[in-house]
Amino acid sequence: MYLYDQYDQAMVDARVAEFRDQAQRRLEGKLTEDQFKPLRLMNGLYLQLHAYMLRVAIPYGTLNSRQMHALADIADKYDRGYGHFTTRQNIQYNWIKLEDAGDILADLAEVEMHAIQTSGNCIRNISSDHFAGAAADELVDPRPYAELLRQWSSFHPEFSYLPRKFKIAVIASDTDRAAMRLHDIGIQIVRNDAGELGAAFYVGGGMGRTPMIAPCIKEFVPLDRLVTYAEACLRVYNRHGRRDNKYKARIKILVHEMGAEEYTRQVDAEFEHMLSQGIEPPYAELERIRTFFEDPLFEEDASADIDRSDPDFALWVARNTHAHKAAGYVSAVISLKPVGGIPGDATSEQMRLMADLAKDYSFDEMRVMHTQNIVLPHVRLADLHALWTALEEAGLGSPNLDTIEDIIACPGLDYCSLANARSIPVAQKISERFAASGKTEALGKLKLKISGCINACGHHHAGHIGILGVDKKGVENYQLLLGGSEAEDVSLAKITGPGFDEAGIVDAVETAADVYLREREEGERFLDTYRRIGMAPFKEALYG
Amino acid sequence: MRILTGNDLKSGSVTWWTGSDWSLHVEDAVDVAGSEDEIARREEASRRVNAPYAIDAEMHEGRPRPSHIKDRIRALGPTVRPDLTLKPTDPDIGTWVI
Repeated sequence: MYLYDQYDQAMVDARVAEFRDQAQRRLEGKLTEDQFKPLRLMNGLYLQLHAYMLRVAIPYGTLNSRQMHALADIADKYDRGYGHFTTRQNIQYNWIKLEDAGDILADLAEVEMHAIQTSGNCIRNISSDHFAGAAADELVDPRPYAELLRQWSSFHPEFSYLPRKFKIAVIASDTDRAAMRLHDIGIQIVRNDAGELGAAFYVGGGMGRTPMIAPCIKEFVPLDRLVTYAEACLRVYNRHGRRDNKYKARIKILVHEMGAEEYTRQVDAEFEHMLSQGIEPPYAELERIRTFFEDPLFEEDASADIDRSDPDFALWVARNTHAHKAAGYVSAVISLKPVGGIPGDATSEQMRLMADLAKDYSFDEMRVMHTQNIVLPHVRLADLHALWTALEEAGLGSPNLDTIEDIIACPGLDYCSLANARSIPVAQKISERFAASGKTEALGKLKLKISGCINACGHHHAGHIGILGVDKKGVENYQLLLGGSEAEDVSLAKITGPGFDEAGIVDAVETAADVYLREREEGERFLDTYRRIGMAPFKEALYG
Repeated sequence: MRILTGNDLKSGSVTWWTGSDWSLHVEDAVDVAGSEDEIARREEASRRVNAPYAIDAEMHEGRPRPSHIKDRIRALGPTVRPDLTLKPTDPDIGTWVI
C-alpha cells in the first residue's frame, strides 16, 4: 500500500499544527463558532447530535495493521471505546472533545492518516473496490489511480470551495462493487481494442434528495491524461454549478440541466485547452505510485484444498469469501453485522483483533467496505479455518455477507443531527426477525439499505430493498423502496406507497420478502424477480 | 415552554440552561420564553456554551421534556447504546424518549 514520502508527511504535519492552533484560538474565544466551523469541517470535525464527531479518511478503504491499531487506540484514549465504519469507507468517532482534536490528528499523522477532506465542499476521500488488488475479475489494481487522484485533489486550491461536496470512485472490473455510477465522478479503468489501458468517465451520479445515475461521458481517456480530464470535469462544474441553491448545487443537477451532451462538449473543450497547459503529472509519478501496490509474495503452490466438514465454517466460507486472483487464496470478509448489532460499529478490541489477524493472515492489509464490513484481502485457503475460528471466538464470524442481515444503515437519529428518523434500531429488528425466521438462506443475495433522512448516507435508493426514515409530524415514519442496485446493473429504487411506523416497516420488509419467495423463478435474486413482475404484486401484498 | 440548549465548547457535551448555569441534564432546564435570544448571545459571548438555540418542550411529571424526538434523543443519548446514555440503568427511559 502507499507510504507517505517526505512531502506527504510534511503536508499532514503542517495541517495538524495549523488546526491545533485554530482549535486553541477557538477555545480562547479568539474565533467565533461561525469563523471556526469551516475550519473544523476542513479537518473532519463535525458538531453532531451528542458531541463533536471526527471523521477520519481511509483512502480507498485501504489500511494496514499499524493504522488499525492506531484507530483502536484513539477509540480508547479519546472516545468511548468504539468507532463506526461508514458507507464512504471511512471511520468516525462520536464522542470527541474539541480540546483533544489536535492530539488526535497528531496521533493519526504518526501512522500516515488524517481527517482532511472528509467534510466540506471539496473533493472527498476517494473510494474504490474493496477487493482491489485481490479480485480475480479485475483488469488491474485501481488503487494507484485512486492514489494519483488523491494526491492531485489534496489541498487543490481551485477545488477547495466547490459548489458542493464532490465524490469520486475508481474501479477496474466490470463488476461494480463501489457504487461507481452513483458518484459525482465514477472512473472505470478499461482496456481498448488496441490493448491499451485507459479510463471511462461517468459523471453526474449521486444519491441524496435527487438520486441520479451517472451517464458515461467518455469511454476512453488515456491514463497519461487521467488527471487532466478529471480536472476538466471539475472546472466545468466549478464554473457552472449552482452556488445559489444548496439543493441544486451537486454536479448531477448541472449535468442533468445542461444535458450530458453539452456538459461533455464543454469538458472536452476545456480538456483540449488544458492539454497545452501541462498540468498532467509526469507518467513516472504514476509509475512510482504503482510500485507501492505491487502484489505481495503469494505462495506459488498454495493449496486449493479446504475442509468444509464443519457446516458453520462451510457456510461462512460460502458467504464471506471472494474469489482471488492468486490460486490458493481468497479475500475474506469480516462482517460487522452481528444479528441485532449496530451495522459498522467495531469496538477497540475488535479493531485490534482484526489488525492482528490481518498481520497473521493477510500480508498486513485490510480494506473497509462501503457496506460497513472489513476485508482481509489476501488469505490462504489453508489459513481460513484458523482465521474463522479466531473471528468466531470474538463474535466476528457472522456468515451473512450480501444477505438480508448484511444491512447498510447510516447512524440515523441516534447520532446524526441531520437525520429525521432512527436507522439502527430498524436494522437491528430486521436482522433479528430474519435470523429468527430462518428465511435468510432462502432469500439469498438481498441488499437492504436504510437511511435516516433524504441525504441517503445509507444508500436507500440503491437497495434491492431500501428504507427511508422521515419525520411525520414529529413521529418517525419509514418509506419502503424496492428495485435499487448500486452494482453494474445500477438502478434507482422506487417507493412502494405510504410509509410505516417502526414495527410496521419490519413487517413490510418481511411481506416484500415473502412475495419474492412466492413469485421467484429458478436462479432469480430478489432484484431479478422485482424487475420481472414489477411493483404491483408487492403493493398488493403490502397495502391490499 | 421554551428551553435553551447548546454544546459545551471544550467537550461538545449537550448542555441545558438552568437559569444561572449550564447542566448536562435536561430536567434542570428552565423556561426561557421571550429571553432566549438575549441569554444565548450573552452565554455564547462568554464561551460558556457553543451554538445555543431554543427548543419547544412540555412539562412531563414535573420536569421539562423536549417536544421533538430528536431533542429527546439529544438530551439522553443514543437509544441503541443505553450504556452510553445519561441514565444507563433507568429501565423506563425508552418510553421517555419514544
